[in-house]
Amino acid sequence: MANRFTVVTATRTSRAGGVVLLVLLAGLAAGPWWLGRGDMRLAVEIGSMLALAQMWNLLAGYAGLVSVGQQAFLGLGGYALFVGGIFLGLNPLVCIPLAGLAAALFAIPTAALVFRLRAAYFAIGTWVVAEVYMLSFAQVSALGGGSGMSLPADVVRGIAEDAGGRDALIYWCALALAVGATGLVYGLLRTRHGLALTAIRDSEPAAESVGIDNARTRWLVYIAAAFVTGMVGALVFLSKLRISPDAAFSVVDWTAYVIFIVVIGGVGRIEGPIVGTIVFFVLRAFLADLGAIYLIVLGLLAVAVMLAAPQGLWGLVAERAGVELFPVRRRLIVEKEQQA
Amino acid sequence: MEWVNAVVQGVMLGGLFALFATGLSLIFGVMRLVNLAHGDLIVLAAFLGVAVVEGLGLHPLVTLVIVVPAMALLGYGLQRGLLNLTLGGDILPPLLVTFGLSIVIQNVLLETFSADTRRLQAGALETASIELAGGISIGWLPLIVLLLAVAVIGGLQLVFYRTKIGRIFRATSDNPAVARLMGVNHRHVFALAMALALAVCAVAGILMAIRTNFTPTIGPARLLFAFEAVIIGGLGSLWGTLAGGIILGVAQAIGAQIHPGVQILAGHIAFLAVLAVRPQGLFPRLRD
Repeated sequence: MANRFTVVTATRTSRAGGVVLLVLLAGLAAGPWWLGRGDMRLAVEIGSMLALAQMWNLLAGYAGLVSVGQQAFLGLGGYALFVGGIFLGLNPLVCIPLAGLAAALFAIPTAALVFRLRAAYFAIGTWVVAEVYMLSFAQVSALGGGSGMSLPADVVRGIAEDAGGRDALIYWCALALAVGATGLVYGLLRTRHGLALTAIRDSEPAAESVGIDNARTRWLVYIAAAFVTGMVGALVFLSKLRISPDAAFSVVDWTAYVIFIVVIGGVGRIEGPIVGTIVFFVLRAFLADLGAIYLIVLGLLAVAVMLAAPQGLWGLVAERAGVELFPVRRRLIVEKEQQA
Repeated sequence: MEWVNAVVQGVMLGGLFALFATGLSLIFGVMRLVNLAHGDLIVLAAFLGVAVVEGLGLHPLVTLVIVVPAMALLGYGLQRGLLNLTLGGDILPPLLVTFGLSIVIQNVLLETFSADTRRLQAGALETASIELAGGISIGWLPLIVLLLAVAVIGGLQLVFYRTKIGRIFRATSDNPAVARLMGVNHRHVFALAMALALAVCAVAGILMAIRTNFTPTIGPARLLFAFEAVIIGGLGSLWGTLAGGIILGVAQAIGAQIHPGVQILAGHIAFLAVLAVRPQGLFPRLRD
């Protein structure tokens, strides 16, 4: 009597969810035809935050790399757009992937330094490096020094001649980045590298003992996250049209918000950043006028979630209902074969 | 001579950095907790000083009598009520909870005291100085800060190596599980360590408030200076932390001498250089 094994990851809810998701994506892709200008701008912000949250979740939730310095790569990506668009005369849209490459390139020496620090000290080390980038860009007078610079109109017109066309292209880039970042994490987790990452997340020594090269896996994840974060940086400042060191390397805008989104939604789950992003923008719609109070509420909420439900809001739902939208758990199905 | 002067002033500045760093070093040593709100707690102490000076009209240095015990009490409560809940195997909860706390403290201070730049006025003490040979002069205030840093670290060394509670701190640091078996209440010990750390933060905060301008949002930068001093000096060594603070201060002063815009950058670069060449720091005693 032989048993046949199959390994599956899909569940019934994930298949149904997948269909809903595809319909939703098709609707979003048609956004320029049914969304207003203001809504499109908001959508660009939402897409950027979701992509950043996916990357931070990949670092902290899976690779155990708690970075408080992702603003380094966002700012580098933003400045790469300005350098490429103004000094190299490139089309701003072409600058987006190049900005990702530039950020990934800078991530290599950065990793060489910060990877010398372990666990919690890694977090502050990444922060120091981000400050170094910020202070350095403030010294470059060709890039406007501390006060920054604007993207000239003729460079902006390189995207598309009319404002409507520009808005649509930027919107599609944001959508592509958000979907791409989510897809990247999902795709990665379904490969053997993903299995390795999940093992590292659950127990570092155990992962090492079954032959996983923790250091190498982490390094790859760090560089990949820098690449995506750099692209988001270019997109963010393409829609803002103005950059300064303070805005480009802001720890609050590009790391604190992102950390709160992931923690509230659920660390170590692909759905977490999506849920967290929704909560973040809903809260902002109600509380943004209150300024500092908004950040106090967000901070307290994140602390409360971390203490009371460290698996996050999505974790609570998933554990109760057993649903997974992006199934990455392998389940073994054993079929008994009839004796011939 | 300008350069000699820069180094001398840097050493004095290093005293303040060492005070920033001592609390961070202490709580990491006892409970392996990295407190991302450390800098904001220093700034909180500075604003408590402002409130006491404005409310009671005391001299800034006299406010220490009130602010030090207040911060120690806050530290005990914070550790028992919040931070003890985050300690365990996982590194995420303590980091994320203290990071959230950092943002909350900054914004509560912004709401309460506005974003205005503040400073505590210490009268004649601010400008009094000693003339040294060759036109170099040392301000009394920076000298007092440096001497206080040495005194605080010396005092903590005595506590750690000559008292019962110090023995308990060291035992908990070496092996918390065995310390617990010996009847140590680790929750209480951790809270005492945090109280001690925040008492040092209070001293650092008040002295910073007299020496420099400050706003509610400068906490993270103080955290980075403190962290750099700890890493340069080596984990777990308080005298190493003093040396780290002084090295950082000298690096910043030399940077400022080259160009005022690169003062902070020079400090960060000195830190990264130490990290590249000697990642365990100059005088390490602990492995993390």
